[in-house]
Amino acid sequence: MVRMDTVINGTRFDREVEPNVLLFDFLRDEVGLTGTNRSCDVQVCGSCTVLVDGLPVSSCTFLACEADGSVVETIEGIRDSDFYKRAESAFVSHAAVQCGFCTPGFVMTLKAIVQDGGGADEAQLRRSLSGNLCRCTGYRSILDAAAEIVGEQ
Amino acid sequence: MTSTTRIEREPSVRAVGSSFPRVDAVAKINGSADYVGDLEFAGMLHGKVLRSDIGHGRIREIDTETAERMPGVVAVLTGKDLRDIDPYFGHAIRDRPIVAIDAVRFVGEPVAAVAAETEAQAEAALLAITVEYTDLPIVANLDAALASNAALIHEGPIRPGFAHGLGSLPERDGNVCYRYGFDRGDIDDAASQADIVVEEDYEFPAVYQYSMETHAVIAHHDGGEINMWANCQHPFLVRAEIAALFGFPVDRVRIVVPFLGGGFGSKSYTKMEPIAVALSRKAGRAVRIVNRVDESMVTTRRHNMKCRMRTMATSEGKLLGRKVELWLDTGAYADNGPRVTATAADAAAGPYRWPSVDVQAHCVYTNTGPAGSYRAFGATHLQWIGESQIDEVARQANIDRLEFRRRNLLRPGEEVRPGGRPLDADLIGDVEKAAAAIGWGRERIANRGLGFSVGLLAAGAHPVSTAAVRMDADGGVIVLVGSTEMGQGTRTVMAQIAAEVLGIDPAGVTVHGTDTRFTPYDRSTGASRSTTVAGRAVELAAREVLDALLETAASFFGGVDRDELEASNGQIWYRDESAGYADLVAERFGFVGGELRGHGEVKPHDGGGSYAEGPVFWEVCIAGAEIEVDRDTGIVRVLQTSSVADVGRAINPQLIERQDEGGALQGIGNALFEEMIHTEDGVLLNDTLLDYRIPITEDLPEKMTCIIVENEDGPGPFGAKGCGEGVLAALPAAIVNALADAGVPMTELPLTPERVWRQIQEIEQKELERRP
Ligand code: FES
Ligand code: FES
Repeated sequence: MVRMDTVINGTRFDREVEPNVLLFDFLRDEVGLTGTNRSCDVQVCGSCTVLVDGLPVSSCTFLACEADGSVVETIEGIRDSDFYKRAESAFVSHAAVQCGFCTPGFVMTLKAIVQDGGGADEAQLRRSLSGNLCRCTGYRSILDAAAEIVGEQ
Repeated sequence: MTSTTRIEREPSVRAVGSSFPRVDAVAKINGSADYVGDLEFAGMLHGKVLRSDIGHGRIREIDTETAERMPGVVAVLTGKDLRDIDPYFGHAIRDRPIVAIDAVRFVGEPVAAVAAETEAQAEAALLAITVEYTDLPIVANLDAALASNAALIHEGPIRPGFAHGLGSLPERDGNVCYRYGFDRGDIDDAASQADIVVEEDYEFPAVYQYSMETHAVIAHHDGGEINMWANCQHPFLVRAEIAALFGFPVDRVRIVVPFLGGGFGSKSYTKMEPIAVALSRKAGRAVRIVNRVDESMVTTRRHNMKCRMRTMATSEGKLLGRKVELWLDTGAYADNGPRVTATAADAAAGPYRWPSVDVQAHCVYTNTGPAGSYRAFGATHLQWIGESQIDEVARQANIDRLEFRRRNLLRPGEEVRPGGRPLDADLIGDVEKAAAAIGWGRERIANRGLGFSVGLLAAGAHPVSTAAVRMDADGGVIVLVGSTEMGQGTRTVMAQIAAEVLGIDPAGVTVHGTDTRFTPYDRSTGASRSTTVAGRAVELAAREVLDALLETAASFFGGVDRDELEASNGQIWYRDESAGYADLVAERFGFVGGELRGHGEVKPHDGGGSYAEGPVFWEVCIAGAEIEVDRDTGIVRVLQTSSVADVGRAINPQLIERQDEGGALQGIGNALFEEMIHTEDGVLLNDTLLDYRIPITEDLPEKMTCIIVENEDGPGPFGAKGCGEGVLAALPAAIVNALADAGVPMTELPLTPERVWRQIQEIEQKELERRP
């Protein structure tokens, strides 16, 4: 067992965890956060994206104990933020959500892009969102929503 | 009760025809929407499946003793536990055991399953199970399976499934489990008259649907009832199959369907449900199984195919005949293969006037993962082949490809197939729009090509749907309908349909997921049928509620004639007076409370024959594409696309555009790079998303045009008909034709750089040889 002292969505978790527990499973099984989704398991799809100290990581391939001493944010933790409200209204108005399985991952990646002061032009957005897969939308509406969200900052 | 505050008679927007925001958007964006894997029940166990690591073999022995004693393990299931039931399922052919009984037929076939307190414990126990096999010869591709001395993957006669819908099934012939064909006219006559003959062999790859959410199910068999939470597209068909397998009456089997994280056909019919129920039956507790991606990739896929096609025409470009032979690889179990085969055959001729056609289609077992439905099946397989031959005929006859379509495409009312629904769409008008959108007729640009394609998909499946609409005492409306929300937006569309009939805002309508205990029967969610067929049932149910409101209002306004009443903006209007719905419900029951309830049903003999003839409607498959090819590397880029959504009436235009955008990107993936690669031993080499690549943001064309056509010619509510699949059949064909237009005709998909580069080399070589 290893120590994990982590702030998750504003609440401190000071625990002993098995060293092989993934952050994704810790969030689900220990904290009860199910908004983050798992699909590919190999850091390709981005549906499991959470922020660790503000940086987007794939929680499917990130050990829980690696988050020791860090601040973790998931979709549940940002629901009240101004950023989230902007993101939600852009995703709704562009109908950039279909099955929704990928959506929280996109929102978390966009939060990191906004924090980073990333550019809102199409080429930049295509590049910075290329680590998030979506099988339903064909991306056009997501990129349009993203341009609005990132452009408004 | 007559309103004192002034209420506008006309609503600010109409429910049908406006891009009403998705009713499920917020829950999905903020992560609160539940998928099966998010659900937990007290005492629930976690199931994991041990899968065969060989492609074909007899099981000599399975040793589960050590596994059974591992920490947390509650039950280990093998074929031996199924001796008291008939453990074979399959809606088309009943060929598939819940877990392997005495043989394994593909790498990945379930051999045993473990239920344990945690997923990690179940996984650990799998490693402690040992299986001894006797190897059998592996036939892991079409050539091997069709060889005259090929090992048989299944023996004995075909057992028809309960819902194949294909008349009577022919006898198995070697590894061919189903055949379908037709011919009309004299194909030999065509051959003797033809000046132009285009004939080639073609190959189409196995493809993975990749709904981002994998197959997942929670099952609880408690001896008296079976309760399930499953991400299945067709809960009512799964219910019937589970009831039959486990010997229960249908009313003792319940399936609840939360949101699906994508379907695209991959969650149609029965998949992981039987093994979860069998495991729960043994464990005596609820069990949840959530596949990993590599497991879902061997649960279902799209059929790979070989095809030989010949198109014959006169030198003036008059079409004389088409002959098609095709073989679809359905893997080790039939799944939906027979239906895919029939639909592929129906799509083979294409929507032209043929003096003669001869189509013979075969569905073939191989030792690979089972293949089933994927969006626009059959049509996607055949349209790129048929349309590339039409382009070639036009080229040889020296006729513009669009003009060629104008002369030869079927017109509305003409027969598509003998005895079936005649053509119900304006194909020529549609294809002209798709071609115009990509700049048809403009000057040629080096290394670029333009292409389009036209096809039809038999849509609607079996038109059996029922629905209920309920108005509560406060005027709120609940729609109970069995359509599965898998991303397409069906809950939003159903809310709009009910709202339009009742003259209310769609925001006042709630649509839940299916719970078979309460939700009226709906055959399935697929074949673009929900808006058309289930939507019609919702419309009819809402009309019954409206009838009750009008009846009460007529007496409320002093016995006036019902024809003088109108429902609008949440009120029933009589001249300039109006009454709200809550007030009318109270008036009807004379007390606080009560509810109005309407029922709607759609049957094959409804709708002036349109539902009876089959198909319910012809889904138009039309798209255009402009590509650029790099002759040095073989890389093909799709610069722009166009697609036509011929929807009769657009209930929600924005959702239709989104369907076409999503379908277009899947089409680009199918055309350019998606391909499952199996070894000769039947091992799937690219079973992760690292190796199986799907389109990403950077694959998006610069321009995509979705053209919505509304001719109000559909059999659904308000003249609507379904959409969302056509583009997947049409776009790969448009891309292939655009590449041929750039000088690189292809007969094999996907159009990988290597394949395209080799073809360019071959063409250049031949040109060199031809020069003096
Ligand atoms: S599940 Fe983590 S990146 Fe796909
Ligand atoms: S909305 Fe379904 S995967 Fe993106």
